[in-house]
Amino acid sequence: MKSAVIVFPGSNCDRDLKVAIEMVTGHAPEMVWHKDSELPAGTGLVAIPGGFSYGDYLRSGAMAARSPIMRAVSEAAGRGVPVLGICNGFQMLTEAGLLPGALMRNAGLSFVSRPVSLTVENAQSLFTARYKQGEVISIPVAHHDGNYQADGETLDRLEGEGRIAFRYAESVNGSARDIAGIINDAGNVLGMMPHPERAMEPAHGNLDGRRLFEGLLETVA
Amino acid sequence: MKARVFVTLKPGVLDPQGKAIHHALEGLGFAGVQDVRAGKLIELDLAEGTSDEEIADMCRKLLANTVIENFRIERLQDA
Repeated sequence: MKSAVIVFPGSNCDRDLKVAIEMVTGHAPEMVWHKDSELPAGTGLVAIPGGFSYGDYLRSGAMAARSPIMRAVSEAAGRGVPVLGICNGFQMLTEAGLLPGALMRNAGLSFVSRPVSLTVENAQSLFTARYKQGEVISIPVAHHDGNYQADGETLDRLEGEGRIAFRYAESVNGSARDIAGIINDAGNVLGMMPHPERAMEPAHGNLDGRRLFEGLLETVA
Repeated sequence: MKARVFVTLKPGVLDPQGKAIHHALEGLGFAGVQDVRAGKLIELDLAEGTSDEEIADMCRKLLANTVIENFRIERLQDA
């Protein structure tokens, strides 16, 4: 499978994401600069990494979401290409309108950087097929703006349509309904604040993130 | 031509920063503060003839996230 990792000025998880994808797929993803206006032909997975694109100016992910490459990412998502946004990538996907809601300053105002417990709320999605429904996993978070908010109607719709992929199983950042990750209505775009690429191998002390990439490979390959 | 754009959180949207400011004001002994909401002020220096609609378009496309924020445009008279 051909994949692409989008790199923005201020991305800092792009290399980790590249290593994680290569570890699971056996193929190194193309690193695509945000100023590019097209994805490499045949891209079957787009991954948007964490970091602090544009120094989080204005709002986290706001500038990056208007980068030239995001139009191509949006088109690819519309064609059904899986798009995975992690942390700053999740913020960009909401800013770009590919996912509903917004990520605001953590309720406690502090940067939170630690492994957190997550409940897998939907194990049927493209991204979560290797997990068990209701399973509690541990994945690290590292963010200042992870407080997911949307209006009540949107939240009800996300719940009703099984589009909450992961929920925090502990208090983390004040997110509405403890939302840690959501899927778009077509099921091919996932945004999540926790970092599965940091839970890939024994040296990380945690393998719970690896199954996300393995499941994705299985379902799209 | 100058314009100011005020970006504020919609009513009902939780404002952790406003809460923290409120708390700090109370810590300084200002007991009469009922609530604090923090927002942004963006000053634009614009070409003559820029329409209100163009400025509103800038707000909707970038300056404000209309999922959580409202915006208000104020034109300034040139000094």
